[in-house]
Order: sequence, then structure tokens, then C-alpha cells
Amino acid sequence: MSTTTELVGRGARDGRRLFEGWFDDLTAAAEEGRPAAYTFVMGSLCEVLRSFDMPVVFPEIHSLQMAVRRVADEYLSEAEDRGFSPDVCGYVKADYALQLRGGEHPMGRIPKPSLAVLTNACNTYLKWGEIWERLYDTPVMTLDIPGTRRPVRIEGMGPGNGERDPDGQERDRRYVEGQIRELIGKCEEVTGRAFDVDRLREVMRLTNDMAESWRDLLALNRSRPAGFDAMLEGTIYLGVANVLRGTEEGAAYFRDLVEEMEHRTQAGVGALGGRTEERHRLLFVGVPCYPMFRRFYELFSEWGGVFVSSSYTWFASGGLDEPFAYDLDRPIESLAEGVLRSVRHATDSLMFQDRALIRAVDEFEADGVVYHPIKSCRTVSTGLAASRRAVLDARDVLCLYIESDMMDRRVVSEAQLKNRIDAFFEGLESRKRRSA
Amino acid sequence: MTYAAGVDVGSTQTKAVVIDEGGEILGRSLIGTGADVVAAAEEAYGLALGEGGVAADDVGFVIGTGYGRYKVEFGDAQVTEIVCHARGAARMFPDTRTVLDMGGQDTKAIRVQQGGEVLDFCMNDKCAAGTGRFLQSAAAALELGLDQLGPTALRGQRPVDMTTTCTVFAESEVLSWLARGRKVEDILAGVHRSIASRSFGLLKRVGVEDEVTFTGGVTRNEAMVAVLEEVLGTRLNVSGDSHYVGALGAALFALERAQGRPAPVTPGGGAA
Repeated sequence: MSTTTELVGRGARDGRRLFEGWFDDLTAAAEEGRPAAYTFVMGSLCEVLRSFDMPVVFPEIHSLQMAVRRVADEYLSEAEDRGFSPDVCGYVKADYALQLRGGEHPMGRIPKPSLAVLTNACNTYLKWGEIWERLYDTPVMTLDIPGTRRPVRIEGMGPGNGERDPDGQERDRRYVEGQIRELIGKCEEVTGRAFDVDRLREVMRLTNDMAESWRDLLALNRSRPAGFDAMLEGTIYLGVANVLRGTEEGAAYFRDLVEEMEHRTQAGVGALGGRTEERHRLLFVGVPCYPMFRRFYELFSEWGGVFVSSSYTWFASGGLDEPFAYDLDRPIESLAEGVLRSVRHATDSLMFQDRALIRAVDEFEADGVVYHPIKSCRTVSTGLAASRRAVLDARDVLCLYIESDMMDRRVVSEAQLKNRIDAFFEGLESRKRRSA
Repeated sequence: MTYAAGVDVGSTQTKAVVIDEGGEILGRSLIGTGADVVAAAEEAYGLALGEGGVAADDVGFVIGTGYGRYKVEFGDAQVTEIVCHARGAARMFPDTRTVLDMGGQDTKAIRVQQGGEVLDFCMNDKCAAGTGRFLQSAAAALELGLDQLGPTALRGQRPVDMTTTCTVFAESEVLSWLARGRKVEDILAGVHRSIASRSFGLLKRVGVEDEVTFTGGVTRNEAMVAVLEEVLGTRLNVSGDSHYVGALGAALFALERAQGRPAPVTPGGGAA
């Protein structure tokens, strides 16, 4: 039987190792000149790319790692020297400067894109793809995913259900399926390999496996104390989930992680690991402050604040949190359904976030909600003020609204953040005393 | 007799208040913060003790607040000025439900409940638009002292329409209005109106509910009080001690601690 010593912290250690391994693989691909594919966390078409055994680069992830490793400002300045505005997405600018530097990255070397696959989940993706096209003449496949303003649950979707689908969901799925078939053709062209449907099936099976664990993992954090901090550890897990989606190692990692969290839950080992008692259960909304990631976390953990859930683990997980599994008997059809769902889920997570947050306040018994809009991403930040108001109206929780950035430390003021965060916790403490 | 004290080290000015066990102010002080924040805190505290005729040894607890709260090295704990302003305002005006604090670099809108517990707050972010610093820039451009701003602005009949909210650009816009021949009082009236409108925006984010208590250094500017009352459509609670509300709130929390009652205290250390 596994013990606390063996299990607690295993996920963080293994996650780091796997993540570094991903960078090592990319470095090897860059040095050997092997074709690599670029795709994004929202609307990732990783399964198709992996079925051709292409190394998969996630530009958002290598960009944010530059901020975590405190070199982003060099890259941002280089892009701004070329005329990019300080207001443009920091991920794009950091990646642009990285391309100008021949892929030089603090964790290795990023190969050039031989193929870029993107969706309209974020409008910046479209312009980002254009940059690679200009730099390298990279073929860019843009999948047009039809959006919806309806709740994302697509009841009755599947073969033969089109007639019972008043909103044309089956038509939308077929539309996406056609584009995936085009993508498969493009991958054959770029790699010189024939498409192998059984290989795709295997990759999709591994994604199904990972997704099941991912959902278990998020749900386990309803326990008191919560087993992991969804903003700190959750982001590490999210990185592994994206870069190792559809792999044996990725699926095994999350099975192990669920085992660790089940153990933590049973043994009462909380995210703060006994350093501080879990005093306040919080929801995190937005993207973390990577230029001071650890310190940002400490500003909350010092008060005994634990992020029990994070919207980031919803919209940036490529739909893993959705109750959906690929149908391996009809892989391409089902992949189309999955992409349709995941992109809609990502954008709906942003558009109708307050509904999900209100549910999460109840399910996770949260005391407060922390909104962290980021200056250089309007996609994830625009609706947060309205969401905050809706949550405040619906539930008796305290909401904190603090702004910084995910990349640019020039707009991150620790003193300002700390002041607001301290005041937020003083309010939570005061409520606790009153209700005691 | 148990005494307590609060020291509010702001970006521009440092305020200290010493209170008795009933929460009444015995001594207060106000000095410029300057470059030596530690010394400013000590000096302000010493002056407040002197005015109150209280010996430092008789003070049971001292709480530091404001941006320099961790520099109150003789203090026993720190509490943010957001919570302190709420508490101090509720003490001074018990029916306070909304607090607007306008300081040198920060403007805060705070919604409170009876007793001063914070329900919600909102502050200007990353820039000094709509704060005392904006007034300072305008005063510098017009070569006026801060104490002349209010009386001059009150004489304005046709306020100019300030388009910038940027403190850095405020000076150049003031100069451009001067170049166009507009009167100093009309320009200043426009500056006050611009700040009031921005503050109203902050207040709306937390929700404005009567009574509204105005705190901080700008409360001494009668034109700002008048314009805010006009924009908000309500009377503001202002007193001669409004400048000391943050320090008073800190002193009240210190008194609770001195009397063995729990009060919010920031853990960790002085990173800010």
C-alpha cells in the first residue's frame, strides 16, 4: 500500500519531469530538423497530429514558460522593437521574438512549425498563424468551429440524431468533420506518411483515459482540505494535460495523480501541506500572473487561502473537463464532435462563466472568488467585471478583482496586488469571526 | 487606562492617531512622508503622542496601515488602509454605507455594512488618474499651492472639459487650455469635475448607498467636496478629522487587540 511519503508531492515532481521531457523532445526535434506541428490549448487538434507522430508545440505554453523563468521581458521588448504594441497579446510577442532567435528558449529549443493548426476559439490565433506563414511559409490550417450562444451540452448528438437536433448541431459536426479530413490530408502531405486510423483510435483512447482522470481530479478537490491548489498545482497539471494529451505517459500521469489526490483526501493532507491551515476556500478566475507565479500564489497561501477550483482548468484543458468520451468505433466523426464541444465549451466558459462559477461556489463550498483579468488578453478578461457582479448578486461571497498580466512584468505591481489581496482576506477573516 | 494608536503611512503624507479606551482621539499628527518612510512613521507617532499627552509605554497596541505599513517598525501589526478607512469612517459617521477615500496616489471606493465591515471595494489601478496626484499636476502647471486649488475652482463658472484622465498628460492639457485663453478658475473647475466623474465611476462599481463618507487628504478641498456632492446627488459626510480616518481605523483595530479582542492582522511579512 502506498504511503503519504510516497504519494504526496509525486504529481508535482513527475509533472515537472514530464514537462521538462516535452521540452527535451522539442529540442531534439529542432536539432534534427524534424517536422513539428504547432497547435493551441483551446481547440487542440493534438490527436490528429500525434497520430502522425509529429512533435507538438503549444506556443502559449512555451511563451508562458518564458515569463515563469523571468526572461519574458527580453522577448517582449524585442517584439516591441519590431513595432508590436505593448497592448498586443504577450504570448504572441514572446513567441515572435523566439522565432527571430531561432527557437532559443530558456528550457531548450523550439522547432520551427512545419504545420500550424488553429481554430477560431481565440481571434488572436488567426493573426498568430499568419506570423508563422510570413516567416516560414508554414501551411496554416484554420478550422472554423461554429459557435453557439446556447449552453454547451449537445444532447442527442450522434449518428442518426441529426433530425432530432433542432439547432443543427449535427450539421455543425459534419462541417467540422470535413475540415478534420482536410487536416488529415495536409498532415499526410507534410509528413509523407499515410494516415493510420488505428493509430488515431489509440491516441483518442489515451485522451479518453486522461479525460476521465482529469474530471476525477477536479472533483476530488471538493474535499476539505482540498488536495491541491487549482491555481498553482492546477496550472502545472494543465500544462501536462495539454502537452501529453493522447500519450501513454500522459494517461498514466493522471491516473497516478488521482491516486495521490484520493490518498490526500482520505489522509486529510491539504494543498498547503500542513504549512498553514486551509482557512479560506477560493475560486480562481482567469489566467495566473506568470511573471511572479510563485509569489502570486504565496500572497494567497500566506493567509491560508486555497484555490479549490480554477476557471483556467476548464477553458484551457481542451474540453477534458467535459463529460464526453470519444467513440472509438467512429473516430473521425467523434473527434469532430469533441472539437466542436471543446471549443464551444472553452468560449462558453468565458461567456457564461458566472453560471459555472455560481455552481462551483456551491459545489466547492467557496468563501470567495478571485478575478484576475490580464492586460494583454482581452478574450479572457473582457467579461470578468460583469461576471463578478452576477456572482455577487447570486451568492453571499466576497469577490476580489485584481489586474495584472500573464507575461509582462512592467504592468505587475506586487505592492498593489498585495494591498488588495490583504484587504480581501481581512474581509474574509472578519466574516469568519462574525459567523463563529 | 488602555491607549492604542494607528499610523497611516501614505504615499504622500503620514498620519498618526492616538485614542483612549473609548476610541476618542487624544492626539493626531500629519506630516509629509518623504523619502525616509521609517523616520516619517516614527515622527508622526511621536507628534501624536505629544499632542495627546500620552507616553509610548502606555500604548497597548500600535497598528500600521497605508502603503508604508510594514515600515512602521515599532508597530505590533499591519492592516490594509482599505479596511482601516472603512472602520474609521463607520466610527466617525455610524450610518456610513459607502466610503470614498481620495489620497495622493489612490482612490478607493468601499461599500461597508453597519460597524464598518467591508462588503466590497474597488481602487484605481496602475495609474494615478482621479487621485490627489492629478490635482498636484494641475497645481504645478498653474503655479498654485494645493490650498489654493479649492477656493479658485469654486469661482469657476464655465468648467473646461478635461479629456485626459492621465496624470502625466494633465499638465500639458492644462497648459493647452491656458494657451486657448481660458480662465484659471474654469480650468480648475474642469479638473475637479474630471476627478469627481472618475471617482463616481469607481463608486458605481461597488454600488453607491447613503450615507457616503469622504475620507483622505482631498477632503480638505472644498471644491472637490462640492463637485462630488453634485455628481453623486447626495451630501457627503466630511469632518475636520476626515484626513485621519485611515489612522483612526488602524487605532480602533489596535484598541481591539489591546483589549484582547481579535482583529485582522496581515500574516507573512513586509513585501509590499
